[in-house]
Amino acid sequence: MGFFSKLKEKLGSVTEALKLDRLVDGLEKTRASLVNRLRAVLYAGRKIDQQLIDEVEEILITSDVGVSTTEKLLDRLRDRVRRENLQDASLIVDVLKEAIVDILAESPSATNDATFGIDPAATPHVIMVIGVNGVGKTTTIGKLARNYKAAGKSVLIGAADTFRAAANEQLEVWANRAGVDIVQQQQGADPAAVAYDTLKAAVSRSVDVVIIDTAGRLHNKQGLMQELEKIGRVMRKVKPDAPNDIFLVLDATTGQNALQQAKEFTKVAPITGIILTKLDGTAKGGAVLAIADALQLPVRYIGVGEQIDDLQVFDARAFVEALFEERATAGEHATA
Amino acid sequence: MFESLQEKLEGALKRIRGHANITEENVAEALSEVRRALLDADVNFGVVKKFIDDVREKSLGLEVKGNVLPGQLMIKLIHDELVALMGSSKEELKLAPQAPTVVMVAGLQGSGKTTFCAKLAFQLKKKGRQPLLVACDVYRPAAVDQLKTLGQSMSLPVYSKEDGKPQDIANEAMQYARKFGRDVVIIDTAGRLTIDEDMMQEVADLKAITKPHEILFVCDAMTGQDAVTTAQAFHDRLELTGVVLTKLDGDTRGGAALSIRAVLGKPIKYVGVGEKIDQLESFHPERIASRILGMGDIITLVEKAQQQIDEKEAERLEEKLRKNQFSFEDFLDQLRMIKKMGSLRDLLGMIPGMDKAMRGVEIDERAFGRVEAIILSMTREERQNPKLLNGSRRRRIAAGSGTSIQDVNRLIKQFEDMQKMMKNMTRGRMAQMMGQQAGLRR
Repeated sequence: MGFFSKLKEKLGSVTEALKLDRLVDGLEKTRASLVNRLRAVLYAGRKIDQQLIDEVEEILITSDVGVSTTEKLLDRLRDRVRRENLQDASLIVDVLKEAIVDILAESPSATNDATFGIDPAATPHVIMVIGVNGVGKTTTIGKLARNYKAAGKSVLIGAADTFRAAANEQLEVWANRAGVDIVQQQQGADPAAVAYDTLKAAVSRSVDVVIIDTAGRLHNKQGLMQELEKIGRVMRKVKPDAPNDIFLVLDATTGQNALQQAKEFTKVAPITGIILTKLDGTAKGGAVLAIADALQLPVRYIGVGEQIDDLQVFDARAFVEALFEERATAGEHATA
Repeated sequence: MFESLQEKLEGALKRIRGHANITEENVAEALSEVRRALLDADVNFGVVKKFIDDVREKSLGLEVKGNVLPGQLMIKLIHDELVALMGSSKEELKLAPQAPTVVMVAGLQGSGKTTFCAKLAFQLKKKGRQPLLVACDVYRPAAVDQLKTLGQSMSLPVYSKEDGKPQDIANEAMQYARKFGRDVVIIDTAGRLTIDEDMMQEVADLKAITKPHEILFVCDAMTGQDAVTTAQAFHDRLELTGVVLTKLDGDTRGGAALSIRAVLGKPIKYVGVGEKIDQLESFHPERIASRILGMGDIITLVEKAQQQIDEKEAERLEEKLRKNQFSFEDFLDQLRMIKKMGSLRDLLGMIPGMDKAMRGVEIDERAFGRVEAIILSMTREERQNPKLLNGSRRRRIAAGSGTSIQDVNRLIKQFEDMQKMMKNMTRGRMAQMMGQQAGLRR
């Protein structure tokens, strides 16, 4: 192994550690609301009874884990308590953690490929980013561009949100931050035309990755959903397999409607992955569970902060570890 | 959802039938269905708990009698309780006795603050006010540009500054407003997380500087369980005067509205229902209540129908139907009654599940008009006795009503089918239909 590859490996592990730290930081609030509250309830010496299960249910539901996933977790919990004849409440923290790991392991998110299968022979790899209004699509695109750039790929952004006032300007700022180029037209232009131009430009410049921004649209607006189909159709005139990826951006502060959004968008666009934003700050780590569990789609990235490098590849195991990471905080009775 | 909640309730309450009262035992299963529906609608856990307790108490001893099904009784009770919890009256923006009235908005990122500011300004402008928009979001890239573009599109001034501190911008904007006689100042602030101490201090500073008469919390209607915590944190810091619910044109059930209202006790003043500048409405508690229960606007629909349908008229009609005397005249009456209730699309939209089913379906509102024209082109005798309508009469009617002979034929065919169908309908079945409606009557 040469010197440079060793250096690279070393640097890699440092960045990995930094990343995990970010993740742990970003999930601070979720940990406080979900895990620390669980620990506060599940102290050593407490008996396992209905009251206790009710309290656990409340904590899970208020963390937006959702009714169905909560029921699933509780079923597994009850089952193990019965089978292994568990008596002490403190044992439940680990049982729950394992149940969460299991649920994530059974979900499509478990097999998340960090390189996302960009085929060097078939560039440009076209990514379309869609979602309802205000979930953070534009910000996410800035971060995505930065990620691919950091991985040594050339990136071109297409500003196909031609509806919202000043969407172009916002995207331009992010493109500058990420150090990538952008293709745009004036506000009100046909988004499909912008996407077409972007692809044309990408082909002639031999760009590796194209990211197409789209206007936010509520998933029950028929016309706007058809527009998405049209953008895809027009892009296929340039590259028959475009878009190669369609990422649906979901806001972690959204409640049960997030599932509805995923369902409706799937009808018009073959979504290949979910990007879950705004996980920091609010107590919404629970939404990851609900979404990973209920959707037949992998969670590919999670946004854990406002900095440009705060978009992380979703790693189910690292996520659960970060969630249950023990930092000196109140309510730690669990010593089992 | 309405069907499923109602069905589940019916199932759970079947045992009550035959009993005179609702008791704690026979209502438990039903309440757990309601609980789940509310949680699925993102109503806050604590609020749900209290709500279920209240409903349980009120439902005990409710008499089940007549044709009313226990499930319908429960739905109505729950619906009414929801409306009560949400505050029954609508409240609008309070204008200060001495101009300028200052309105500040605050909320999380992406909740729709900037869009709301523009919509509010537009509404005020239409009412003859002279609003000033102030761009205090200096963090999000191009947020200032967004507000400026929106301001320009409605020819309203936007106070902004490149690279300014929000505090300074607010201060200068207030001076500007006084100098140029702007009577409402609308301050757009950056989205912020409640755990971001610096940013929360900033918005508190903005409040101290501008002394707003209204501090509105802008909340995405799709927000989950955290809505209450977030709203509470903003309230603790700013003493909110009201709430704005955005993106209600989506298909969210909007449980957040109920939660925030229940916990803060502050009125929801506006709801955003679209991306266009004029799509801002005042808040109707009963609509949200139906929505949370997934009922469409069935209550409004039933009420509308009741207003329009005269009981005596209904009896007369039933008599005619039974004797097979239903004529084109009656048909026309019916048609006009339905028309009085509003546009067809609106009506259908109020029926649970219909909204979704109708997505993308073109409704021809003018079809009503054509039918009316055809009937009006008939003579009185023809209307009473459709058998008279031979070929030449039909041609005359088509020419007279500006339609084609095919249109006329189709209508006559439909009318005959309807007559046949009605003949088959027994009196008993008719009564049953009416009885079912009675359950939703107030």
